[in-house]
Amino acid sequence: MSTGLFDQLLALTTGILLLSAVLLVWGRSVGQAIGVLVVQGVALAGLVLTVGVHAGEPQATFVALLVLVVKAGAMPWAMRRTAAVAGVGHERGSRVSPGSQLLGAAALTVLAYAVSEPLLGAHPDDAARAVPVGLSLVLLGFWQLLTRLSAFSQLVGFLVLDNGIAAVAFLTSGGVPVTIELGVSLDVLLVVLILGVLLVRLQREHGSLDLTELKELHD
Amino acid sequence: MSVLLWFPLISALLLAGLSYLLRARSWTLWLPVAQSVALLGTGSWLVVVVGRAGPLVAAGGLLRVDSLSAWLLTAVGAVAVVALWGGVPHKADRGADIGSFATLLCLFLGVMSLALLADNLGLVWVALEATTITTAFLVGYRGGRHALEAAWKYVVLGSVGVAIAFLGIVLLYAAGRGSGAPTLSWTALLEQAPLLDPALVKVGGALAALGFATKAGLAPMHSWLPDAHSQAPAPVSGLMSGVLLSVAFYAILRVQAVVDLALGPSLMRTLLLSAGLLSLAVTAALVVTQKDYKRLLAYSSIEHMGLLALGAATGGDLALAAVLLHVLGHGLVKASMFVVAGRILGVVGGHRIDGVRNLLRTRPDLGAPLLLGGAALLGFPPFVTFFTEVAILLAGFGRGLVWQMGLACLLLLVVFAGIARHVLAMTVGTDATPPVAPRSEALMPDRPTWWRQLPVGLGLGTAALLGVAGWPLAGTLTLAVAALGGAR
Repeated sequence: MSTGLFDQLLALTTGILLLSAVLLVWGRSVGQAIGVLVVQGVALAGLVLTVGVHAGEPQATFVALLVLVVKAGAMPWAMRRTAAVAGVGHERGSRVSPGSQLLGAAALTVLAYAVSEPLLGAHPDDAARAVPVGLSLVLLGFWQLLTRLSAFSQLVGFLVLDNGIAAVAFLTSGGVPVTIELGVSLDVLLVVLILGVLLVRLQREHGSLDLTELKELHD
Repeated sequence: MSVLLWFPLISALLLAGLSYLLRARSWTLWLPVAQSVALLGTGSWLVVVVGRAGPLVAAGGLLRVDSLSAWLLTAVGAVAVVALWGGVPHKADRGADIGSFATLLCLFLGVMSLALLADNLGLVWVALEATTITTAFLVGYRGGRHALEAAWKYVVLGSVGVAIAFLGIVLLYAAGRGSGAPTLSWTALLEQAPLLDPALVKVGGALAALGFATKAGLAPMHSWLPDAHSQAPAPVSGLMSGVLLSVAFYAILRVQAVVDLALGPSLMRTLLLSAGLLSLAVTAALVVTQKDYKRLLAYSSIEHMGLLALGAATGGDLALAAVLLHVLGHGLVKASMFVVAGRILGVVGGHRIDGVRNLLRTRPDLGAPLLLGGAALLGFPPFVTFFTEVAILLAGFGRGLVWQMGLACLLLLVVFAGIARHVLAMTVGTDATPPVAPRSEALMPDRPTWWRQLPVGLGLGTAALLGVAGWPLAGTLTLAVAALGGAR
């Protein structure tokens, strides 16, 4: 792969990752959120393939396929199923207004760039220069987990966080070994399925997915 | 010999499969107990084998057992025997799907063993995340709003915390780029430590410790713990408090060994001291006014994890040996206490401390172990917890951590007052016995008294025996500490 093409593909995939994360912070519709997650999963798989092929990794295609199946296929499917069974369509709101939420997202992205610099050393390679995007995803996932009021959005936030960590892994070191990657993907998929089941039970028990309802256990 | 490493993993899978196939039969509840006995046996055998011939490796280096993992495997087995045997649910509490309860317990024991046997930080992570997966439905098993709320918080916070640890592990992996062959193998990381990129080790190590600390229930990432441990059924609470926290703490110890070798001890020492003192402070602040006896036990676990963190921060042979012995002592006592708490819950039907009075007179079979176990948790001699707590504090003073250990003593005093007050009120208090409406079916034990009391007696008895006659373990503990990279 020529360096020019590599740079362009890297910029394209990381650009889509960041854009989709910001869209998720901003959006309120559950259906749209799942659609954006699919796009994010595809972009992540593209990133894996780009970095892997450029580095001459023989297993790159397999790992990219795994990421595509899990992140753009299985997980969104599980979430769509959960949303359908629990009957959630639109989210009620968040702890902060959409404007401040976007402002917070921008600040976190800047923060991600600021903290990445000392991490990467003086002469980062091309892929490592995109690490701030991965960290932005991690922080934006956290932001989503903290500011949203619905259990469903917490699930979305968790997935953005997880995509961010995967992006950092591939950008810094070409990804963890394949056996570990398989285990990690399976674990995260199972967590999403379990959270889906719990979400449906919450909806049945409480009649809503409002996190403010989950305050009965405290000291 | 390396077949010994596979045994706990394969037997867990086989027993899980068997209990799932026969899930309609209630005797499958004894299969997890059988798995615990197998773990205890394998662990002790491995302690002997590894002590003589050095570490064993299997699966192309993915699995490795050294003195430390063999010791902790034994501890997990011992604590699990107490928790699962003592906590076999009463007939009245068994649903039609009780076999799937047994299945999840077998899998839970299997993934905890995997976390201890893996010589790969990535695989340790996978196993720890799998403990959240296998316990998610166990926490919510009793059903109802509270159990569901606890399960949700447990899975969300547990997974997010462990995800942070994964980010840390990824950065530790990237730190090895300079050496040419980045690795997640713990032994290889120790060898490469001087070559690792210091900036990445610093951030990666801190994030990994922070993430695993969530699973280990250390403050300030502890908020899920009192909910989950108080809502889960007795054997599950016993296992989670008694060993799962320690297994997560084991991951921190492994990360600490690598970071200390690469950067020196100051980073992890500061992190662990802060987490330890904060955990003691949180417990001190919340036990005095606690109203729920299962939450009281859960906070006590946060306190004991705080002590382990202080011990690990101190470092050195004495403190680390005390930490490893404390894992076993605290595990045995806490498992017994949760078993007793589960039985009290079965009798009075509520979680409130003021709903339980005069137990020593009205139900000595519950009151006596509660009182003795309370004493053990508070660190009274002859229980081993007394000796390990004193050793950790003395080692800290000896290493110049004077104000930190002084503060810890003060906080422990408050915790002592808080827990003692509640346990005494429940057992020997002079208040009139509160008007409780015992559940009629729960009053008829479904097994002979000696059979029900034996696991609790074994748990507390072993904790006392370790205190007065634990010296034969000195060699084993020294080897386990040495496996961690020796005295720091």
